[in-house]
Amino acid sequence: MSVRHALLALLSEGPKYGLQLREEFEARTGEVWPLNVGQVYTTLQRLERDGLVETAGAAGAGGAGDDRVPAEHDALGTVPGAPQKAFRITPAGSAELDQWLRVPPDLSSPPRDELVMKVLVAITVPGTDVHEIIQAHRTYLVQLMQEWTRLKEDEDGSDLAFSLVVDAELFRLDSVVRWLDAADGRLRRAKAEGWAPARTAQATMPALARRRRIGARQQ
Amino acid sequence: MSVLELRSISKVFGRGAAEVQALRDISMSVPAGMMVAVMGPSGSGKSSLLTIAGTLEEPTSGAVLINGQDVERMSNGAKAQVRRRTIGYVFQDFNLLPGLTAAENVSLPLELDGMSARRAHLAGLKALEDLGLGDQARRFPDQLSGGERQRVAIARAVVGDRSLLLADEPSGALDSTNGEAVMRLIHTYCKRGTAAVVVTHDAQLASWADRVVFLRDGRIVDQTMPPAGPETLLEQSS
Repeated sequence: MSVRHALLALLSEGPKYGLQLREEFEARTGEVWPLNVGQVYTTLQRLERDGLVETAGAAGAGGAGDDRVPAEHDALGTVPGAPQKAFRITPAGSAELDQWLRVPPDLSSPPRDELVMKVLVAITVPGTDVHEIIQAHRTYLVQLMQEWTRLKEDEDGSDLAFSLVVDAELFRLDSVVRWLDAADGRLRRAKAEGWAPARTAQATMPALARRRRIGARQQ
Repeated sequence: MSVLELRSISKVFGRGAAEVQALRDISMSVPAGMMVAVMGPSGSGKSSLLTIAGTLEEPTSGAVLINGQDVERMSNGAKAQVRRRTIGYVFQDFNLLPGLTAAENVSLPLELDGMSARRAHLAGLKALEDLGLGDQARRFPDQLSGGERQRVAIARAVVGDRSLLLADEPSGALDSTNGEAVMRLIHTYCKRGTAAVVVTHDAQLASWADRVVFLRDGRIVDQTMPPAGPETLLEQSS
């Protein structure tokens, strides 16, 4: 996830301090992804270096509460007890944010998914019951989904950001469970038809080239 | 004491070469307040399990106990009474009677059980109001949306304080929002003390349950652990 763009989005509302940015980031993402303040300051430094944000001076943001730099953050080059710097987005930063929102993330090539790998390996290792392996993962995933659903049940839906994050997580886990169900069924049919690991057909050269092109798009 | 207890249930259909073993040695117990989801592919025995738990069908071997009573030892009259008073059924296609209003559909089981029409009607109305369907009481099933119809069916299943709710793909005919609403509702009843068994092939819907049991070829192959506290997830991800 892009912390960089999330900070730009928060700054597009007006100048803000580092600590304020961390608090708002966590609140706006349903408090699910914790962010340490060091990460906020390093990201801000890079954004400033790239001309996407600039310092807005020690005032102006109207940031209430503790605007002083906490002692544990002096490693970041700021002076403990000194007034914090506020940051504001530059026109280049606004353009960068707009561009990022519109560009789809790269989902075009299959990630080297560890669970897919485990199932692929399980069908070749002698003495391994692939269906048992699949069930173990299915149980674990459904258990995780139960935990997310409990969180959703306890929440009345007033925290919109949190509800969106929970939905995303449930749909993601659900899609993995569905893949396991499909793999389970496909393997049973293949076994009934006499499939054995040693008899796996080789793809033809042109087909192989096409497959590798899709898989390699990201690299 | 469990509301529902299945002891080594097996079910065989057909004989000889045509014999199909639908359930093999199934044991499970569902205490008051617990919602259990049964997941499995088609043909895994989910629906047989539910019809046997609901005393609508007899197992080939094994025992079904409802509130501690062995169903096999009950007279037909007593079994019929358990079906009317103790167990509520929810089906995928709602099974509402088209010629009756929502309120009449809900109060019918109470009237069949000997309650006066007036008292049954009031109890039916209250059950509908509890589900936010008070305004729809006089409507006929074909005047209701799918989600409303299923909620009426749930009202009919829980009316009269029944202790066991059995649902076969209750969200199967609904979109994801309405499906979720139905599961949320069933879980709410469970938190008030009802026991429920819900059959589904959908992991998102099953995840509303307190325990998920996985069925494959008529056997329980695995089940999830009792739910952990809501804090564990966020601790893990941090």
